[in-house]
Amino acid sequence: MREVDATGSTVRELLEDLVSRIPALGSRVYGEGEIQPFVNVYVDGEDVRTREGLETVVRDTSTVILLPAMAGGR
Amino acid sequence: MSTYRELLARTKAEISEVDARRAQDLSGAAWIDIREADEWQEGHIPGAVHVPRGNLESRIEGVVADKTTPVVLYCASGNRSAFAAKTLAELGYDSPHSLVGGFTDWKRNGGEITLPRTLSPEKRTRYSRHLLIPEIGEEGQLKLLDSRVLLIGAGGLGSPASLYLAAAGVGTLGIIDADIVDETNLQRQIAHSLDTLGTPKVDSAKRAINALNPDVDVRTYRERLTSENIDRILDDGWDLIVDGADNFPTRYLVNDASVWRGIPVVHGSIYRFEGQVTVFKPHEGPCYRCLFPEPPPPELAPSCAEGGVLGVLPGIVGSLQTNEAIKLAAGIGEPLVGRLLLFDALSTEFNEVRIERRADCPVCGDHPTITEYIDYVEFCAR
Repeated sequence: MREVDATGSTVRELLEDLVSRIPALGSRVYGEGEIQPFVNVYVDGEDVRTREGLETVVRDTSTVILLPAMAGGR
Repeated sequence: MSTYRELLARTKAEISEVDARRAQDLSGAAWIDIREADEWQEGHIPGAVHVPRGNLESRIEGVVADKTTPVVLYCASGNRSAFAAKTLAELGYDSPHSLVGGFTDWKRNGGEITLPRTLSPEKRTRYSRHLLIPEIGEEGQLKLLDSRVLLIGAGGLGSPASLYLAAAGVGTLGIIDADIVDETNLQRQIAHSLDTLGTPKVDSAKRAINALNPDVDVRTYRERLTSENIDRILDDGWDLIVDGADNFPTRYLVNDASVWRGIPVVHGSIYRFEGQVTVFKPHEGPCYRCLFPEPPPPELAPSCAEGGVLGVLPGIVGSLQTNEAIKLAAGIGEPLVGRLLLFDALSTEFNEVRIERRADCPVCGDHPTITEYIDYVEFCAR
């Protein structure tokens, strides 16, 4: 789990900041204004899809986890 | 100074003694059999928990945590249990009672009894460290010995899982894997060895399990799980699945089948330094499709060249899966249902996120849209 800093007061702002700096995240995490269906975004342990989605508020102290589906077992 | 008789009489005067009828009227009461192990073996009151008098003080709070719970204590005749009731009152229990006449009167008056199944002396020795734990004990060990666990994959996650499940005395282990052991496996797949290079992984794992614990009945399936064979394999009857597959198509097949059949899945996955563990318990918690409704498109799954895994990582993640499997099989503890545990080996950090059951889940939701197996296109996700 690599840690990166990003700025923004909502999940949308945060992801847009991240994608502007790491464009490869666009297709893998956040493309065309949507979180990719095979990626989950958690703010303080809660899936943002169960909250306000991209408008979920992120505070200074929040931990945001971008979680891709992962299938490896070998 | 007082004699035993005087002490007994005084103790009985201080505590509550109840007969069988009144004891059975105490709603929600915990029944504790405080006799010695050999007395318990010869039969006990159904539903009672065995806590020998000698261990009463140290173990009772583990068995009856809530001190407002009424407790019915019994021994053979009602004398040892009178002293035990006094002890529980001193420990702060609100309502301890001693059963008048004990097990002898209970049985004489035609009360129902349970004759416990017991472990052989050899098994008692092998599993002694489990038997010493009150939460497992003989009852839990018997449950493990009766349990049937199916492992998907005998690789990185399947290796530690198969060895620890076997060591724990899980009675029947099924193993599905189509691969052959090669040199690159030995960096992490500890069920295999130089001696089994070039042999099927299921046979190699079976050999390692038999060398560790011949009590375990190992069923091998040297095949790749597909929509064609999954029903045949699951028809063999499994209580629990430990998923250590290495690809998305298998993960989704296992998920869909387990939801339809109501079989809990202990899920684990790894990539480089990262691991994920959770328990999918059909209809009680979310399923894999509640977490990720569809696999990622092949072009976005990590490629083989980008792959790789720290050798010890599957050891950690596979062991966490085994912990969940043993708890589910023994019926103890709080399984990782609705919680996804994330482990990062580089920073040595655990994180936990909540997974909710989705009403719109295509498989376990209110209006399922997937009702038959889907064979997703195979792509590399190691």
